[in-house]
Amino acid sequence: MSVFLLVLLMGYEMYLGSKPSIEKFGWGFLTSSTWDPVQEIFGALPVIYGTVVSSLLALIITLPLSIGVAIFLAETAPPWLEKPLSFLVELLAGIPSVVYGLWGIFVLVPFLRDTVEPYLSDKFGNLPFFTGAPYGFGLLAAVLILSIMVLPIIASISRDVLRSVPQSQREAALALGATKWQATKIVLKDAMPGIFGATMLGLGRAIGETMAVTMVIGNRALISPSLFDPSYTMASVIANEFTEATSQLYLSSLIELALVLFVITIIINGLARLLVWSMERRWKAS
Amino acid sequence: MEVKISVKNLEAYYGKNKVLKNVSLDIPKNKVLAVIGPSGCGKSTFLRCLNRMHEVVGGTITGSIMLDGEDLTKGDPVLLRKRLGMVFQKPNPFPTMSIFNNVAAGLKLNGVRSKKILTPVVEKCLKQAALWDEVKDNLDDSGANISGGQQQRLCIARTLAVDPEVILMDEPASALDPISTTKIEDLIFELKKNYTIVIVTHNMQQAARVSDYTAFFYLGELIEFDTTTKIFTSPAKKQTEDYVRGRFG
Amino acid sequence: MTPSKFYTVRKKVTNAVMMSLTFVATLIAIIPLVFIFYYTISKGITYLNLDFFIQMPKPVGESGGGMANAIVGTLILIGLGGTIGIPVGIMTGTYLSEFGNNKFASVVRFLTDVLSGIPSIVVGVVAYTLIVVPMKKFSALAGGVALGILMIPTITRTTEEMIKLVPHSIREAGLALGIPKWKTTIRIVLRTAWKGIATGILLGLSRAAGETAPLLFTALGNRFWSTKIMEPMASLTVYIYDYAKAPFEDWNQQAWTAALVLILLISILSLTFRIITRSKYKTN
Repeated sequence: MSVFLLVLLMGYEMYLGSKPSIEKFGWGFLTSSTWDPVQEIFGALPVIYGTVVSSLLALIITLPLSIGVAIFLAETAPPWLEKPLSFLVELLAGIPSVVYGLWGIFVLVPFLRDTVEPYLSDKFGNLPFFTGAPYGFGLLAAVLILSIMVLPIIASISRDVLRSVPQSQREAALALGATKWQATKIVLKDAMPGIFGATMLGLGRAIGETMAVTMVIGNRALISPSLFDPSYTMASVIANEFTEATSQLYLSSLIELALVLFVITIIINGLARLLVWSMERRWKAS
Repeated sequence: MEVKISVKNLEAYYGKNKVLKNVSLDIPKNKVLAVIGPSGCGKSTFLRCLNRMHEVVGGTITGSIMLDGEDLTKGDPVLLRKRLGMVFQKPNPFPTMSIFNNVAAGLKLNGVRSKKILTPVVEKCLKQAALWDEVKDNLDDSGANISGGQQQRLCIARTLAVDPEVILMDEPASALDPISTTKIEDLIFELKKNYTIVIVTHNMQQAARVSDYTAFFYLGELIEFDTTTKIFTSPAKKQTEDYVRGRFG
Repeated sequence: MTPSKFYTVRKKVTNAVMMSLTFVATLIAIIPLVFIFYYTISKGITYLNLDFFIQMPKPVGESGGGMANAIVGTLILIGLGGTIGIPVGIMTGTYLSEFGNNKFASVVRFLTDVLSGIPSIVVGVVAYTLIVVPMKKFSALAGGVALGILMIPTITRTTEEMIKLVPHSIREAGLALGIPKWKTTIRIVLRTAWKGIATGILLGLSRAAGETAPLLFTALGNRFWSTKIMEPMASLTVYIYDYAKAPFEDWNQQAWTAALVLILLISILSLTFRIITRSKYKTN
């Protein structure tokens, strides 16, 4: 019951904290695109844009890989290989996000700046996604780091979901003359709601991820189609500017961002958990 | 009798565990063979070896199994399993597919997509499985939304649709109520006109009712194989007699 | 109805291709792990010596020095977090498994899962408004509260799962002796499940040790030696963040060493976790 109160308390505290900003900006807070601490104008649109774009792109990159990993671990791999690989994937989830950020700054960003981004702007420079100076720090770096960080979450939950599909389903398919892949496709279909839930959990994680993103995204409230340009996310604004927030209004705008983040992640996680649960319950019932 | 499958010196292992010891047996064509024996005697493993489903659970075998003179233990199990269909202990229809698609699943897995071909096959197989009248109006419902007995007949129809030569049944009625069981048994009686059937069961009355031949397994060995009448009236071995009289197992 | 030869070949090829693709995906997933470990170890090892553990950070320009204050700070912070997170987590977990067959309990279980998905920076903001604002200063206590909240879901769920593993007969034995239910739970059930619960605690602590975001504006950071919980306190993770952003190569190097030490610390915690769980399964 403490947990119940805790979640309520968290929401209430943040609501109190963000009152000045809510009263000043109203709903405009979410739709205005100027984030200017000097003139005390706070509109969250660029930050929301950065959060949504970086998370969704990361999801697009990581989803096929994660499902591939989950299939390999749950269906294909022999037990002697599955155990150590599962351990490695869990290890990936256990690395602190600040270490990802450290690696991002000193390894990934220079690599993007010197190799990947010049190549992309050379070959596809006429597309709006690959224009601008290759700084290294920017949306692309954040997207890549996020896709690495989200992968173990989606992969390991999807693996468990696949395993929860009864063996009799695979046997039914194989006995009809299905190949392993055909049988896996049938199992995947059975597991769809659960895998969708796993993906939502991954999305929730990507949206709330703070340190690694803050360290590589460039931290400028900017709406630009180019992946090379710096961007900002809700979590990284809070991390970056909270201790510098000098005025009451500035601070309360940041707290309001936290409140928005809180509400969004509660909704996403809530839906995701319901999906995973309903999945597990379905097989238990039958 | 005409032989459909000839098993010679079959031994099966799970890891280092030997679960079948030197089994040799001829399975007659277009007859029903019942495989009986107490739990853990290897009867299910024997059935699984016939269409190489034992490989799915990590088993290995030695010896030979000839289907119409062709060695089953070699070659591609995927091709083989179309010739030997399997019905499992618990009904396992695909819940994400409609009744129609459940029956059509085996054909679809082999690239048959045209409704023109599928529709008559599905109808024929559902009729053969004595399920057509009960489901013909809701073929688009999920395969999981019908009763357990109907699900099992759906699984039989699904197996028939692939047009196998042999149907392997692993205690197909053990999870069903008596009325559904009777329906399945009637069905087996019908099917043996066209198919060779091997049925594993621990229900002695069922074996006596539906089968022409019976094989009795005990501790991984084939103890006795003969016509069902012989096994149930005057078995040659003492162990067989004790078992069919219900003295153990 | 024999299928066409062409389709049989095609479906076999698809099978081989797709199955190898899943293997390739797994390899790709592992590559970043290898890279991160490679860099952390090779770059971090340069400064990994006794000084790093017993010296204080040196001012800019002076080389050498260590992060003794941050290592101790991290330990104190997760200790503080534990004093809040462990009791709450165990109590909630016990409630869920022993008395949790009603609507309210499912809501709590659901919220616990949702809580585990709330970004840690949000928890930091809450700890800020809850403790830093009324006390008018940054403090280790606020950091500890944030870490404690973050531990609750992990410990709750492990406690619940582990208590569920306790055979019902043990409970009945207690109840049959006329011991009241709450006493049976505390004296008999919890004691039996203790080992499993300990693994949940270790897991919670090791995750907390890696957290940065909730500490940024609660425990803040401290260049000096401090063990007072009402004062700002240093931590390894915040040091890594600050030193990684700093324009001094010497500091960047030390950030790698701090990362290595942090990973070692977390590994020790989770290795203990694995050893405990393994011996647990063996006895069962």
